[in-house]
Amino acid sequence: MSALLLTMQALLSHWRRHRVQGLSIITGLWLATALWTGVQALNSQARNDYARASAVVAGPAHAQLVAPGAQRFDQALYLQLRQLGWAVSPVVEGRLRFAAEQPLSVRLIGIEPLSLPPATNIAGIAAQDFDLQAFIGTPGQAWVGPDTLQQLGVKPGEQAVTSDGQVLPTLVLTPQLAPGIVIVDIGHAQALLHAEGQLSRLLLTDDSKPLPDAIAARLERQPGEDDTGLQRLTESFHLNLSALGLLAFVVGLFIAHAAIGLALEQRRGLIRTLRACGISLGTALSGLALELGVFALLGGLLGVATGYLLAAALLPDFAASLRGLYGASVAGHLTLSAEWWLIGVAVSVLGALLAGASSVLRAARLPLLALAQPQAWRLAQGPWLRRQAWLAGLLLLLALACYLWGNSLPTAFTLLAALLLASALLLPSVLDALLGGLARRCREPLTQWFVADSRQQLPAVSLALMALLLALAASVGVGSMTEGFRRTFTGWLDQRLAADLYVTPRDTAQALQVRDWLATQSAISTLLPSWRVELTLQGWPVQVQGIIDDPGYRSRWPLLELRAQAWEQLAGGTAVMLSEQLARRLGVQLGDRLQVLPAPAPGMTVVGLYADYGNPKGHVLVNADWLRRQRADAALSGISVNLPAEGIAPLKHELQARFALDDSRVVEQSTLKRWSTDVFSRTFAATAALNSLTLGVAGIALFISLLSLGQQRLGQLAPLWALGVRRGQLAWLSLGQTLMLSSLTVLLAIPLGVLLAWCLVAVVNVQAFGWRLPLYLFPRQLLQLALLGVLTSLLASAWPLWQLARRQPAELLRQFADET
Amino acid sequence: MLVVEQLCKSFTTAQGTLPVLQGVDLRLARGSSLALMGESGSGKSTLLHLLAGLDRADSGRILIDDEPLDGRSEAALARWRRQGIGLVFQQYNLISSLDVAANLAFQARLAGRFEARWQDYLTRQLGLADLLQRYPEQLSGGQQQRVAIGRALAARPALLLADEPTGSLDEASSDQVLELMLQLVAEAGSSVLMVTHSQRLALRLEQRCLLQDGRVQDGAGR
Repeated sequence: MSALLLTMQALLSHWRRHRVQGLSIITGLWLATALWTGVQALNSQARNDYARASAVVAGPAHAQLVAPGAQRFDQALYLQLRQLGWAVSPVVEGRLRFAAEQPLSVRLIGIEPLSLPPATNIAGIAAQDFDLQAFIGTPGQAWVGPDTLQQLGVKPGEQAVTSDGQVLPTLVLTPQLAPGIVIVDIGHAQALLHAEGQLSRLLLTDDSKPLPDAIAARLERQPGEDDTGLQRLTESFHLNLSALGLLAFVVGLFIAHAAIGLALEQRRGLIRTLRACGISLGTALSGLALELGVFALLGGLLGVATGYLLAAALLPDFAASLRGLYGASVAGHLTLSAEWWLIGVAVSVLGALLAGASSVLRAARLPLLALAQPQAWRLAQGPWLRRQAWLAGLLLLLALACYLWGNSLPTAFTLLAALLLASALLLPSVLDALLGGLARRCREPLTQWFVADSRQQLPAVSLALMALLLALAASVGVGSMTEGFRRTFTGWLDQRLAADLYVTPRDTAQALQVRDWLATQSAISTLLPSWRVELTLQGWPVQVQGIIDDPGYRSRWPLLELRAQAWEQLAGGTAVMLSEQLARRLGVQLGDRLQVLPAPAPGMTVVGLYADYGNPKGHVLVNADWLRRQRADAALSGISVNLPAEGIAPLKHELQARFALDDSRVVEQSTLKRWSTDVFSRTFAATAALNSLTLGVAGIALFISLLSLGQQRLGQLAPLWALGVRRGQLAWLSLGQTLMLSSLTVLLAIPLGVLLAWCLVAVVNVQAFGWRLPLYLFPRQLLQLALLGVLTSLLASAWPLWQLARRQPAELLRQFADET
Repeated sequence: MLVVEQLCKSFTTAQGTLPVLQGVDLRLARGSSLALMGESGSGKSTLLHLLAGLDRADSGRILIDDEPLDGRSEAALARWRRQGIGLVFQQYNLISSLDVAANLAFQARLAGRFEARWQDYLTRQLGLADLLQRYPEQLSGGQQQRVAIGRALAARPALLLADEPTGSLDEASSDQVLELMLQLVAEAGSSVLMVTHSQRLALRLEQRCLLQDGRVQDGAGR
């Protein structure tokens, strides 16, 4: 039998007697991989869907022509280019709304199949394979993906009806089409979007020729990808989720690391014997590495499978929040590639390497004559604690540097990670110092033992306590941030949504009719029409809203900063107000000049900044008359109405009947608030779930550490029993020790969590979303989390202590007896 | 006075029931010393554990000053161990998380019988004065055993039970430790029952008995 095989046989025999320990390594790797791959599955699904959505039209068209500000333009420009011999193909785009419990909005893309470049694919279907007659003719075809079909609640071959009562062409299932997209012939699309004679862009095959001057003045060349900015807008959302997943991964690795370390400590004698018997160091290390590989593979396979299930469970909330926040459509089911599964297992192997590397290195440096002794372990821990403290100090400096000089999301996350890691590394030193201080005050023998023994247990349980610290701090931080956001958001909604009824007409023509009719209604106290233009400013999508001068805005618009006479200047058309996030993105402050619309429109002074939570796009407030003068295409997008409560329902019915507007176009304030808070709740549902799971993982880490310690601790407890301390009393004392360690950890986790909350609201949110929230602390929530932390450790220690209390004297006797 | 009458104890193993003690009779007067000898597996340690209240006999009686030990509750047995006896094991069984000073004082404080002067005396006599701040793992085997003896005698127990207290030591150290132990036992006014393999060491005690086939064969037997 080869040396390696013999080594493996000897090493693996350990697990027959230490099954819990083996299970804990697998559990650690399993949970770490599950939470990480689960999050990555969600992100990967979303990114795939964005990519599919942006690559609906794939082929040799490398560039496109669009109007400045991404407005629609006259179809005549297309005809001019064709007459000049340019190979361009027109596309019109817009959104269609469908009545559902919550309004469903899909992206309608109209294409012109005859002019598409020859090798173009539309959702995987080659242009030459089109059934042109069916696609172009009447009623035509509307291609949809399976998810959209399901959301619409219709079957292939049927025709869907929009909330305006327009009938779509016959639906055709196109499996490769991204969710939330409908493709029709351009003629049908122009009719459905009320955009007759208008186009959104022109696909361009030949990117080398300069545009004719007459065209270049009205259209600009852009890269070919159909980038709706979704990747950019949702980047922060996915990064936040990844950060949580990473935290859970790290917490999971703590379990594996603790168990691998303990297994090595227990096998120091075995390794020493193996080497004394002639097994080379290389063979022993190979054996350990192989063993680690087996664990990694088992944990990885289990983890990836669980990650898939976790992602599938979280996907509905995840998709709903992406839809609600960004209008991004994500499939309702997971379709993950084989690559994802392989990466999942690779992550587990990497995790195992990270968790086990230090143990294998320690085994490599193990002096042959070294004996495993608990107190020696603790004393040897001294230099480790010092090194950890140094590293923690360096990490704190890094965190400080990120705070002072960082101005991006990665530096914000580095700040968070450095802070958390530094705190975790400092925890054993802090606990050791606290217990040391306590030990000096103890006089009673059992109290003395209680503290001294707790201190001796520290090296074995410190990793689990670090995991508990991280998980609790994350819970406190994320919980405070979420609750703070909820409070701020609710207050902000109350301010911002002050009108009783919100009307969103189909188009400007109808809006003007609605406005004129509403103006004749005597019950209405305030009528606020709102004009809108969508454009891009320095690459960011921006909504420019034109408002009339009304005292209501002065009293309720949620301004964060404003200059003197701000509203008067806005009304005069010489100033603008910006949402906080847009101001940050553009780097402008009060008093700066901003060119909102392209020249020749004049630049204007920024006189106010306001909160605009939940809006991924930038928002600009200008005077309505000024906007209409500058942009003839500004749309009358919405009308807000105030009237006595008893008049709301009759007016709504009258509006719906008179102008054929459905429920999604005439919305009462309470409904709008409910929709907004629903989006909010769902956005944080995945966060809350991951948070709870992370805390659960920390609980499991503690449980496994205590269980692994259980057997070891007999040697420490038996002498006390022999000296007259009862078994029950020993169990209570052990429980007290666990509670003391976890309570101290909880006490340290709370200020750390508050600091984390501050980092989230004042640093990460600012970098991720552009808005800063006030920091709220919720003592009741902190108390609940503290109790939860203690309860978690209580539950974690329950089983090991139950076992201890039930130990038969014979088991304790074995600690003394060399013979019968 | 310690009296043991017809004490029986057996263990259940995979091969069946293994009788270890089959009617042991023994007497030990207050202040006297007894060496309990026998081959490996003869039941010496089992007898010691029964006397210490660490285990319960199947039948027979143990009387301490005419009070039976058997039938006592676990709490009462714990009190007996805490206040009535001192235990010295071959493997020392010190509390690894406490330093020498705390280990020495542990049982006396637990029993509520801590005497600073007696403790200082024990420390000096045992040659541990310079080692008080050390932890058990930082001591040699002989030093650890001296700490164990000091801990066992600190509360001046009526009975010292020593299970091969010098089994892990070389001959010279064994003699030294035993000498100290007997001297201090005498000064504490305790009785001592010591399990040993060594005839040479057994001769240093007042009485000797041999445990064979689960019974006391000679010496202090009834």
